[in-house]
Amino acid sequence: MSEIENRLAGPSVPGWEALRGEFLDRAGSEDLIDLAYERHETPFGTLLVVAGDGGIVRIGLDAEAEEEVLDDLARRVSSRIARTGRDSVTVARQQLDRYFAGELRDFELTLDWQLTRGFRREVLRETAAIPYGATASYAQMAERAGSPRAVRAAGSALATNPLPIVIPCHRVLRSDGSVGSYGGGSPMKAALLAMERDRAG
Amino acid sequence: MALEEHGPRIHSWLITRVGPDRADDVFQETMLAALAVWEKAKVESVRAWLFTIAGNKAIDEIRRDGRRPLPEGEVDEWPSPETAEYLEDPVWDEVRVLPEKQRLAVTLRFRGDLTHRQIAQAMEISEAAARRNVFEGLKRLRERIGDE
Repeated sequence: MSEIENRLAGPSVPGWEALRGEFLDRAGSEDLIDLAYERHETPFGTLLVVAGDGGIVRIGLDAEAEEEVLDDLARRVSSRIARTGRDSVTVARQQLDRYFAGELRDFELTLDWQLTRGFRREVLRETAAIPYGATASYAQMAERAGSPRAVRAAGSALATNPLPIVIPCHRVLRSDGSVGSYGGGSPMKAALLAMERDRAG
Repeated sequence: MALEEHGPRIHSWLITRVGPDRADDVFQETMLAALAVWEKAKVESVRAWLFTIAGNKAIDEIRRDGRRPLPEGEVDEWPSPETAEYLEDPVWDEVRVLPEKQRLAVTLRFRGDLTHRQIAQAMEISEAAARRNVFEGLKRLRERIGDE
């Protein structure tokens, strides 16, 4: 770029953050934002917590690219997404903090299940019922969801869990007792299980 | 989201249209209007579409405020110099006297960071015309103030 072109582009304008915040407040009060999200720092990296009117709709793990999570939501739910505060997100973040500190066993959040349906949803519903500190196998989850032979399908339901941690797919293990894969990486899964085992005493 | 991706550029460009004092309001109106009819799939370029809305909102704002003294000549939609605190650079004095289409094309290109194709969409002209207007505008600016 030549000098003139740079001069035309700049200078950058101060106060953008304030303007952005003001706009989001207005858009929020006029119901123009469908999905609100915030980033949340945890011992396992940055989570993405996304909520719509129906509750928490998506939790993105650190291993997932933020842009991909948001693009996917834009396609499947609504492209009116903004990084802005919302009560349900705040509550979820508080509970996540307490969970990672070992102080919270059961999340009490309104969840929006729209990103999962059919058999996958059944599997995740059953997964949500696995108590803190307990585990189950993929085969058991298939059975509890009503299709004992659909073990692979149960595995893919858990692999595509839109709400990890709050729907504790980390509590589902391979039948031989090994940890198995996890969207946030096997070490994270093992660490969550170890924490829960300790705390559950 | 579109706000993070395009917002700063749109706001920055609006300053060149209505001046910094009123750019905040016009920006808010632009984005609220865009969100109200948000249909991402229907437009080829969200950015160009947002700039079209921003341009229309800027014109609305200028029409609403007929009392404001206007610069001389063919310039009819430009901030009065005394409000342009972010436009102190003398290059803007020359931009102000460019023909309207060149002025729009040049500011959309460099201030708004639009491609020629997006400028064409935002201004509802052909891509060739967008290219020509950017080029002619820039050439004139170079002649007036010199550029290495």
